[in-house]
Amino acid sequence: MRKTSSDTSKTGVSRRSLLKGTAAVAGVAAATQLTGGFPTVWSQDIKDLTLRSTGGPWSHFQLLENMANEDLDFTVQLTPVGLDEIQKRGLTQTGSSDLFEPAYLQMKFFWPTGKFMPWDTTKLPEWDKVVDLYKAPGKIWPDAWFGQGQNPSTVSYTSGPDTNDFVEAGSTQWLTAHPVLHNADTLGIRPDLIGRPIDSWAELINPEFAGKAALVSFPTIGLMDAATAFEAAGEITYGDKGNMTQDEIDYSVERLIQLKNDGHWRALWSAFNESVQLMVNGEVVIQSMWSPAVTAVRAQGVPCIYQDLKEGYRSWTTGHVLPNHLEGKMIGAAYDYVTWYHTGRVGAMFARQGYYVVTPDNTRKVLPEAEWDFWYEGKPATVEIYDPFGNLMEKPGTIRDGGSYKNRMGRVAIWNSTMDENKYLTRRWAEFIAA
Amino acid sequence: MVRVITSALRYRAALQISPLSLALLFFLVGPVIMIMIMSFYEFTGFMTVPDATLENYIELFTSSLTGVNYLQTLKMVGITWVVTLVLGFTLAYFLVFDLVELRTKLLLFLLCVVPFWTSSVIRMVAWVPFLGKEGIINKFVIWTGISAEPLQFLLFSEFAVFLSYIQIFTLFMMAPLFNVMARINRDLIEAARDNGASGIQILWHVIIPLCKPGIAIGTIFVVSLVASDFAAVSLLGGQRVGTVSISMIIQMNMAQYPPSSATGVILLVVVLLIVGGIMRMVDVRKQL
Repeated sequence: MRKTSSDTSKTGVSRRSLLKGTAAVAGVAAATQLTGGFPTVWSQDIKDLTLRSTGGPWSHFQLLENMANEDLDFTVQLTPVGLDEIQKRGLTQTGSSDLFEPAYLQMKFFWPTGKFMPWDTTKLPEWDKVVDLYKAPGKIWPDAWFGQGQNPSTVSYTSGPDTNDFVEAGSTQWLTAHPVLHNADTLGIRPDLIGRPIDSWAELINPEFAGKAALVSFPTIGLMDAATAFEAAGEITYGDKGNMTQDEIDYSVERLIQLKNDGHWRALWSAFNESVQLMVNGEVVIQSMWSPAVTAVRAQGVPCIYQDLKEGYRSWTTGHVLPNHLEGKMIGAAYDYVTWYHTGRVGAMFARQGYYVVTPDNTRKVLPEAEWDFWYEGKPATVEIYDPFGNLMEKPGTIRDGGSYKNRMGRVAIWNSTMDENKYLTRRWAEFIAA
Repeated sequence: MVRVITSALRYRAALQISPLSLALLFFLVGPVIMIMIMSFYEFTGFMTVPDATLENYIELFTSSLTGVNYLQTLKMVGITWVVTLVLGFTLAYFLVFDLVELRTKLLLFLLCVVPFWTSSVIRMVAWVPFLGKEGIINKFVIWTGISAEPLQFLLFSEFAVFLSYIQIFTLFMMAPLFNVMARINRDLIEAARDNGASGIQILWHVIIPLCKPGIAIGTIFVVSLVASDFAAVSLLGGQRVGTVSISMIIQMNMAQYPPSSATGVILLVVVLLIVGGIMRMVDVRKQL
């Protein structure tokens, strides 16, 4: 059923260019079928394949599934679940999907299990178009900040095709995860209820906002946001907020409990929609937010700003990991799919949603100049800006909050991370919740 | 009236219960056994290693947090139980003894089921426009001048969690009570009255003792539902209330499946002990 709409719209050109990529990839068995140079044989063969991918609702939705099934020769099936569920399924029911899209902060849980195989960069035709964030030395541009915590490049490479270690960025051709999306989070605020400029993370713990501030309930992320605020307020200087010592965790949790007892935290939220509702209902006026969550608040007619702050952003990225159970043609299909993701059309679609696919040069080829200027350059809109689903988002003249791509991703203060003291941190966080 | 149970009859009975038994075996007993096995696995800080260790349990029993979490959970169970029992009993009593017409009884009983026409998450989220800072109650409070500031304790608090528990779980207490009360032989009440018992005495010495199986079944429902709840604590409690289930969720978020399984096993044991205690005190079969 999924294929019906797609058969007519397939263009030989884009398929062929993808197949070139696949040809190298597909392993001995498949490659032999291609030696005659008859892509049609190949496409006949993979027509019945279904590639299942499990990832977050931010990337696994109907529109993308439809696009994939229009452009690719096999069927793509996307299953959206929460971040915790991606982890649960990926680690405990690896066979339930052919691709998983965890966040890089979960890579220390995923990769050492040995349940996934590395991607070979030499067989990824768009790899040279991927931004330098995922290559040595882990900076998206030479003048970008490296950021504290788990810079994506530090968990991106493994030593060989059958290994489950992490090695220095760029030292091998073997990728633990194939990068998909990234973006930066910052404080979202209700300008109408605050009524003054906000320019620092320290405002998150300002007593002025007692009972009006919220925190992410995911332990490391909540703790890192709070730590960024404590440091910005000049209370403490951390060695690395993304990889705290036990003493630093103790300090942060004690302060969190103190704030909780003062009635500072209105609520903790775990899902995108909860953070949106807290802002819309006026329960909360300041909290860390995802950029599309801010957009979703505004879409309901409530003023909300994704606030640029002097300390920089907390950033995240996601990637596709390849389960071990895939073989032969299925591996080929997976390589085809992730390559297609990076060829531009998908990048343009995600740009309109406020996210960045990791191959901006290809995105630029597809995204009209006026939209590129708005989404990537941070320039005032010259045309009406629509989201991928056709809803009007911004009128001409508006500027994107958080400015340009460079301003966001070039000023990443901290990466979503898993800390060495993971176990200790989790226990202390549970104490904060129970306090 | 002695019934001879032949082997054929026994065979037939076994056959009749087999679909349910098999379903329970596969979908309940099986997963619980897997959770038990997982609870003995080793957790290295990032990874789950299939290796038998008691560490998860030792840590659980030596952590001060466990006591705090259980106190909180038992407190929530206790308060919810008392309130749902009083409300459930009163409602069931009204339906059974105060109303005469069967149609009215059934109509009002069905009315109590209305909240269950929608999903539990929606039932909870529906409280937000009522209880929030800009919600109906707070608008009224400010309009009447009862308070100048919105009342914050209404939402994202224990209060909100209790409110949702009581709204949803009262029915679980009321339904079995309605069932046992409806079966009480009215002659017993007449006889008590003829012997000069007052209303209170009839209630205390006749009706309540006969309701015990209903109370027991209702209690089992309420205890297990509250002890295992996560959604209300999360959505209405703003995840600021530290129950046992919340601590399990936190561990699962951080991929700590073995410690989380151990927490789950102990919670299961505690709930089973409570249920077992109730079963010993009251013969639930009487009602069946």
